[in-house]
Amino acid sequence: MLKSEAASWFRIYEMFQFQSFHMYGIIGVAVFLGAVTIAVIKRFNIKAFDGSPIVFQDKAISFKRYFFGGLIFGLGWALAGACPGPMFTLAGAGFFPIFIVIVFAVFGTYLYGRLKDKLPH
Amino acid sequence: MELIYGPWPWYTSGILIAFVMLLLLMNGKYFGVSSNLRTLCTICGAGNKIAFFKFDWKAQKWNLFLITGAAIGGFIAVNFLSADTNIALNPKTVANLEALGFQNAGAHYLPTELFRFDSIKSILLLALGGLFIGFGTRYAGGCTSGHAISGLSNLQLPSLIAVLGFFVGGLAMIHLLFPLIF
Repeated sequence: MLKSEAASWFRIYEMFQFQSFHMYGIIGVAVFLGAVTIAVIKRFNIKAFDGSPIVFQDKAISFKRYFFGGLIFGLGWALAGACPGPMFTLAGAGFFPIFIVIVFAVFGTYLYGRLKDKLPH
Repeated sequence: MELIYGPWPWYTSGILIAFVMLLLLMNGKYFGVSSNLRTLCTICGAGNKIAFFKFDWKAQKWNLFLITGAAIGGFIAVNFLSADTNIALNPKTVANLEALGFQNAGAHYLPTELFRFDSIKSILLLALGGLFIGFGTRYAGGCTSGHAISGLSNLQLPSLIAVLGFFVGGLAMIHLLFPLIF
């Protein structure tokens, strides 16, 4: 994450300005390879290392929670310039203000837990 | 060595991310980082009063190891694998950011105007960013790793909707709100 600059706030800003292929390249390659990987696993019934079957669960079809939840996350992703993975990478790299983001992300999750029954799903 | 110490091309990250997902699947797990946020809430005791956080967090220890690994990776990358960490941004991006008040965008890995402890405004903005990330990812049931990478790789329509939401939110923040905030 760090060396490819995916954890850089600047790259996220640039991505939302469509001013570089960079971030799309990272995500695109990961999704392409990921899709091939999963297709191969399913086609050949590949088992996990311990012999158990690899199970993929289909997500329940719904719109509101995915779109609105996604939108709210997107606001945060652009503002903080980081999503959950890079948040921890940046912490390890010594960019300490990211801890503010991490602490409030945990709190935000807590708020969701408290309010979820009142939200459209 | 030059190749290692400079920034890495985008496809290296894409390949490694997919590889991480494969390793997790082969170990009977899944690739989804935001669930750690829920686990952290539970470790702090949120499960005592709220059902959503009442689950066996110890079964999620593997995922906590993942984010610890991500942190260690960041540490190693910055301290041992980097000559410097400036970012070669599109000049238009640099100009856009200068207009918003961000000087020398790309000279450092993160904007020092925002990532600091000595400005109330910056702290509030980072806190708000964190809140949105934490709230939004649980509401959507995943973040870029869970939906954009894992979900799309598994051809899940809900994940596509989530990713659409991510982009609408991100674009709204950058294009509509940044000029008001910065």
